[in-house]
Amino acid sequence: MLSVADGPCNYRVMSIDANPRAPAHRAPGPAAADGRVAESTMSGVPLDAVYGTEALGVPGAYPYTRGPYASMYRDKLWTMRMFAGFGLAADTNRRFHDLLDAGVTGLSTAFDMPTLMGRDSDHPWAVGEVGRAGVAVDTLADMDELFAGIDLGGVTTSMTINGPAVSVMAMYVAIADRRGTARSALGGTLQNDILKEFQAQKEYIFPPAPSVRLVTDLMRFARAEMPRWHPVSVSGYHIREAGSTAAQELGFTLANGFAYLEAAIRSGLTADEVAPRMSFFFNAHSDFFEEIGKYRAARRIWARWLRERWGARDERALRLRFHAQTSGVSLTAQQPEVNIARVALQALAAVLGGTQSLHTDAYDEALALPTEHAARIALRTQQVIAHETGVPAVADPLGGSAYVEWMTDELERQAEAIFAHIDELGGGSMLDGAIAGIENGYFVGEIADAAYRFEREVTTGERIIVGVSDFTEGAASQPSLQSIDPKIEAEQRARLDAVRRARSGDDVARALDGVATHARDPVRNVMPAVIDAVHAYATLGEITAALESVFGTYTEAAIA
Amino acid sequence: MTPDGLPIRILLAKLGFDGHDRGLKVIARSLRDAGCEVVYLGLRQTTESVVIAAEQEDVAVIGISMHNAGHLTLGPMMVQAVADAGLDIPVIIGGIVPAADVPTLKAAGIFDVLGPGTPLETVVATVHAAAAAHPGSSV
Amino acid sequence: MSEGGAPDALLAEATAGSRRALGRLITIAESGGPSADALDRAMVGRPGPGWIVGIVGAPGVGKSTLTGRLAAGAAGGRPAEGAPRVAVIAVDPSSPLTGGAILGDRIRMQGLGDPRDVFVRSMAHRGAAGGLAGAVPIAVRVLGAVGVEVVIVETVGVGQIELEIVHVADTVIAALSAGWGDAIQASKAGLLEVADLLVVNKADRHGAADAVRDLEQMLDAGTATALGPDETWRPPVLTTVATAGTGVAELWTAATAHRAWLIATDRLARRRDDRRRHEIGRRAIDILAHEVDQRVAALGPTAAAATPEEAARRVVRQVRAGGD
Repeated sequence: MLSVADGPCNYRVMSIDANPRAPAHRAPGPAAADGRVAESTMSGVPLDAVYGTEALGVPGAYPYTRGPYASMYRDKLWTMRMFAGFGLAADTNRRFHDLLDAGVTGLSTAFDMPTLMGRDSDHPWAVGEVGRAGVAVDTLADMDELFAGIDLGGVTTSMTINGPAVSVMAMYVAIADRRGTARSALGGTLQNDILKEFQAQKEYIFPPAPSVRLVTDLMRFARAEMPRWHPVSVSGYHIREAGSTAAQELGFTLANGFAYLEAAIRSGLTADEVAPRMSFFFNAHSDFFEEIGKYRAARRIWARWLRERWGARDERALRLRFHAQTSGVSLTAQQPEVNIARVALQALAAVLGGTQSLHTDAYDEALALPTEHAARIALRTQQVIAHETGVPAVADPLGGSAYVEWMTDELERQAEAIFAHIDELGGGSMLDGAIAGIENGYFVGEIADAAYRFEREVTTGERIIVGVSDFTEGAASQPSLQSIDPKIEAEQRARLDAVRRARSGDDVARALDGVATHARDPVRNVMPAVIDAVHAYATLGEITAALESVFGTYTEAAIA
Repeated sequence: MTPDGLPIRILLAKLGFDGHDRGLKVIARSLRDAGCEVVYLGLRQTTESVVIAAEQEDVAVIGISMHNAGHLTLGPMMVQAVADAGLDIPVIIGGIVPAADVPTLKAAGIFDVLGPGTPLETVVATVHAAAAAHPGSSV
Repeated sequence: MSEGGAPDALLAEATAGSRRALGRLITIAESGGPSADALDRAMVGRPGPGWIVGIVGAPGVGKSTLTGRLAAGAAGGRPAEGAPRVAVIAVDPSSPLTGGAILGDRIRMQGLGDPRDVFVRSMAHRGAAGGLAGAVPIAVRVLGAVGVEVVIVETVGVGQIELEIVHVADTVIAALSAGWGDAIQASKAGLLEVADLLVVNKADRHGAADAVRDLEQMLDAGTATALGPDETWRPPVLTTVATAGTGVAELWTAATAHRAWLIATDRLARRRDDRRRHEIGRRAIDILAHEVDQRVAALGPTAAAATPEEAARRVVRQVRAGGD
């Protein structure tokens, strides 16, 4: 089995870098064979790396509208993501080894729903969810098995985890400690974007303010001990999937980025210290030019706000880099093969918009977990764009188009209106504004209204969804679907029981007490105490409960 | 509206961890605009909390949204919980449900299944049909 | 199960603890018309609830969270048998265009604990015909009749709806959140005039002390102009953090003191008598308005010859002559 994902939104699956031998973007010169970009047209016409007048500006220079790097894909093709793995830690570990043997250096871990919610595999709501949309991790024993035989200093690891990010990061650090790998040698990315959970994906645990404090604790910990680590990936993908407009995705996501930055600055860091380690994750949706304008506007806004509002000077702080994924929610269950065309066009928009990394959805994901066949077509789609279309040869090829420049300006204008509202909600603080907007229902209300407006337009025929609202066919064609072995759940619960029996109850109680004590003191970092707790084999659910005893539990109050 | 001119009351909820609520919110707005009173229970409910709310709110219809492939387990559990409480309230499931599973769910007592891409008019019509088919659940 | 018609049977079931029967009775109360009248008739002679508390405030101040906390605290668990001790009626506006509504107060009631401990019912305002002053008094009578001791009525802070709370509740709590200008907004909305207690929620926020001070100053200024519902009761200003439960017990104690004051000064009975008169008056106006509408609709072409005033007087004469 090649791939597993969660319905239409398979951003929480494992992925690998499919062109690992492509050189780093800093290295000029010809790309390796599998990352090569032709520098002439298929008819042999030689091409410059970029076109445009001086007034238009160039990629790689402030405000970076045209791209974060001067030569873009000629220096380094975007990273193609291919999903793999699920189930128990051992299953995923085997897959990791296959990938590493094939020369891959970047591992990407997705977790199952109970883990994402900070709960153990024997939680009553975990029924049917264990190991389904990602790997189940309850204790350090699972994390150890997940990365068994892997040199943690020699790979980079991406982990899609938010609410319980401190616990999962602590487990990763703890296995490195045990194996004698220096923390400073650990490289990778944690999604750790809790604000968008309240706004869109709804995988929150604690109330917003203490949740942001945990994000800041991780930023401080990474800054002090893991300089190669990216502690936050600010994600608009889920905001868009929840039904927002492109401008809302752009505005809310960048505002969240500003909020994290402000939180880090309040805790004593500077923008130049924090921003270079922040990355972004955007949706690649169906409206072609609107998406391209969105990515271009994102870079320009980030650079300008960082420089003007927070005085950042380091160009790595000003330069916004992002990962994109095609829109799961745009895939249709009706005539599913048509999704291949949708995904290709969405992916093309992300590339024309200058993405650094891209995941393409499998065409059968609107129905269930994707099959290996469908996942392979998704990867091949990216390869066609990279190697057959000629699009990567020239940086920002649409720059200078009157329409594209107008669209970029328009999305920036709409995003600025959103920032002004959030800033006002927060009385001059984007962080306070983000939290106030969560509590008063601003974000969820705006997103739900946008989703409803779009659905109504489809219903009234103002907009057409091919195969759904028009061009329909009588009987739905059903591709063959992937299913999951129910034995996984029983096995994982047995593993958890065994760990609980073997550990020292006193040690666990003492360590959990330490977690609560650290959590109670807002100036202390919880990470050291959480690392102690995972060493004592406290479970993910127990650590979550210890933090809940201090922070409380969040229930969404806004319904509109 | 019910035959006596009163708004249909419907309860909308999701069960378990699953947090995908875009569809549920669109449906809530759609039913509101069709004149229904929507008791919005939202995320992370249990079959028991849904039943208690359905009793207190005296709703005519229960709508459950599913995106986590748990429909074959949770759908029949919901119907059973409603029956165990002695209620005659139809349960509608919306969300990602493969067509192949629909007959199984209907056999288990689910009134109807509204899959991805269902037009909003169809949703409203199904709610009306469910309310009309169970007159015991309205005054 | 007793379907529809038989209010006595439903009342007996609800008194014995059936949530379903109580839910159905409130639907009947809400539906108005002859079935609601029959229900009201069946309840004559049954006791009302011991205490009716109203909670008002603008959207976003944390009213529902506060309501949930207060209700859970007042309930203190569940009686061994029969109806719960505490019930909440949460009123939201209906869409003026479609008559539909999204009722979301239940999920905002954090801290409510076990949903079986408190009976919670969401109600749509259903427009001007009826509204808060229409269905809520009958629903409150139903809750009292089946043994509920405390009824908390929470209303959304939109325009006139929240001011109608005085015609429903014994004790009115007005909730504000900590923030610049909130006290002034509350004053403009007329909240200070209906409130028996004022509470600044989200008191962990910046601006809470300012809001308390603003309110105290307005109350000081108001004593000369009979601000506040009763000149000898000065509404206390309290602070809460409803999400954490902070200050909720103190708020409940203060509300209890208001109830004791109402009883000690014989105002509880007077307030209830006033409310009953208000309800009778409003219903009388509804009946007359209906008859007037019917007769106006039936006016013949001769009406064209009369002035509107003359025609109106003729209608009134007809209504008077036709009444019983």
